[in-house]
Amino acid sequence: MAIVPNPYKTTGFLGWIDDRFPLTKLWKDHLTEYYAPKNFNFWYYFGSLALLVLVNQLITGIVLTMHYKPGAETAFDSVEYIMRDVPWGNVIRYMHSTGASAFFIVVFLHMYRGLLYGSYRKPRELIWVFGALIFLVLMAEAFCGYVLPWGNMSYWGAQVIISLFGTIPVIGPDMVIWIQGDYSPADATLNRLFSLHVIALPFVLVGLVVAHLIALHEVGSNNPDGVEIKKHKDKATGIPLDGIPFHPYYTVKDIVGVTVFLMVFCAIIFWAPDGGGYFLEKPNFTPASAINTPPHITPAWYFGSFYAILRATPPLLGSALPGVIAMFGAVLVIFFVPWLDRSPVKSIRYKGPLFKIALALFTLAFIALSYYGMQPPSATGTLISRIGMAVYFLFFFLMPVYTKMDSYKTEPERVTHEAH
Amino acid sequence: MKLTKVLASGLIALASLGVGGSAVASGGESHPYFAVDTANLAGLQRGARDFMAYCSGCHSLKYLRYNRMAADLGIPEASLKAKLMFASDKPSDVIVSAMPATAIDWLGAQPPDLSLTARSRGADWVADYLQSFYLDPSRPLGVNNTVLPGASMPHVLWELQGWQAKVEHHEGAAGEGHGAKPFELVQAGKLSPEEYKKFVGDLTNFLVYAAEPGREHRKAVGWKVLAFLSVFLVLAYMLKKEYWKDVH
Repeated sequence: MAIVPNPYKTTGFLGWIDDRFPLTKLWKDHLTEYYAPKNFNFWYYFGSLALLVLVNQLITGIVLTMHYKPGAETAFDSVEYIMRDVPWGNVIRYMHSTGASAFFIVVFLHMYRGLLYGSYRKPRELIWVFGALIFLVLMAEAFCGYVLPWGNMSYWGAQVIISLFGTIPVIGPDMVIWIQGDYSPADATLNRLFSLHVIALPFVLVGLVVAHLIALHEVGSNNPDGVEIKKHKDKATGIPLDGIPFHPYYTVKDIVGVTVFLMVFCAIIFWAPDGGGYFLEKPNFTPASAINTPPHITPAWYFGSFYAILRATPPLLGSALPGVIAMFGAVLVIFFVPWLDRSPVKSIRYKGPLFKIALALFTLAFIALSYYGMQPPSATGTLISRIGMAVYFLFFFLMPVYTKMDSYKTEPERVTHEAH
Repeated sequence: MKLTKVLASGLIALASLGVGGSAVASGGESHPYFAVDTANLAGLQRGARDFMAYCSGCHSLKYLRYNRMAADLGIPEASLKAKLMFASDKPSDVIVSAMPATAIDWLGAQPPDLSLTARSRGADWVADYLQSFYLDPSRPLGVNNTVLPGASMPHVLWELQGWQAKVEHHEGAAGEGHGAKPFELVQAGKLSPEEYKKFVGDLTNFLVYAAEPGREHRKAVGWKVLAFLSVFLVLAYMLKKEYWKDVH
């Protein structure tokens, strides 16, 4: 199919551009003539919110990079310089630090939406896979960012995470030194994590987000009923009967969601930027020190569930390798969800009790793991983490079984929607 | 729709947890005599005066500039120069102490910079620490601290607080933890116990300020931002309603 420049025959200045660049075409394909199902509910705000938070992180990150000085001798002081001497520096820094936590809250809810309504099912498998890659890169990005203030929790967090590579048989110990560029986390480590945090990973992240959106717009959005709106099109126009143009309908709707989100986000930025010690940890207001170990090294709250899995896995022959495998496995298993779900329907609305029970147990397990991952080790914590870990993995591993055994309601032909 | 409401209220609860949580996290236990208040300028000025008089000989505030402090706390430059600064410093300097780097040789530890102590330890920790020195003949300086056992710091404020001894509560003694005082005053100081608590409160609030000079400003800006967003939300919602009228 040959590309025809300016298919919409625009004229004047816009025409001049459209003859050379598909501006009108892009605008129509992705906004005014991208037809989204009209029955999106609360859960459908989190995609656009994730994009908003990404932009927030990029812009505040650029400004912070103008004032931050990577380096073991300079990083901590430069963060305090930003907090005190750079005009509005404290607000920019809090926007970035709170933004990191907000990113995970929004992304967790966005992924959960996918589980609820089967948004990963055919033909949307690649959207899900790109999304899972985004999540993986986001975790790496968050870890690198967490180290940059070079506070004491940054230092010991880096120590713990990088040492995980040391559990790899044979090459592990050398690999840790190679990654750190030193025998312990030091100046070289900080500089390379800075490089990854501000160049490599954001670059990959933005690319994946573009791929995620291209894939989405190729096949069209799923919806809370999990039925394809493209099955019923207007005969004359070819527009899905249950579809409405993304712009202006969902842009004006998302502005409402964005405003509510910003109210919560700003309340935290301006009145509780520490997030109760979870968004900015107390030990990180002490400079990094190799001789002063914090009494309790905790991961950032959004890594709690994965850290709990790491700790709860029993070591094998004195090596923590099984825990490391389990932790990475907990992220990798997410990629396979599109092929694990064998239900004849997509949405939880028409799924049976088995899936609902499985999802409820998974939700509880994830919350329990997140909680115990942040607590000091204890017998109860280990026991609950092990149960939670079993539930977490069984939710995925048994999915082909219980989704096949389950009973289902008949999907409607068209989406259900009450005008309001 | 029901689920939406449940989730929305959940999110609001989560947000309020964030706001309320920080108050809890900064302390742990409740302190009837001390509440963080960095809006009270008179209290902060007293705290600054007392810090410069009693603490700055050994402890620096290396991230806080004199003129920033004066501007935030409403201290006229003349008073700043005359009463709060070391004579050799300029108003744009940060607050460093005269303590030599060799102090570790005779004190056993270098007196730490206190710029961020109220954030790294928590305000309540600071207030507790300053009230928990007690006589302990086994220590080189004859004094110990229940909050930081084995502290190298002498009880610099003894003149104000007096000397207190630790009360040994026997195991299983009734009332332990409730109303049972951990210390008793064996020699009164210049200040009454009530006055000393107030003194410590002012000093702690000053350190909370020093740990984050932008604290009050951001809180004030927060009200304006939230007011704007509230109005904007109404308009955005009306716009959405208007557009969605024709979606059936």
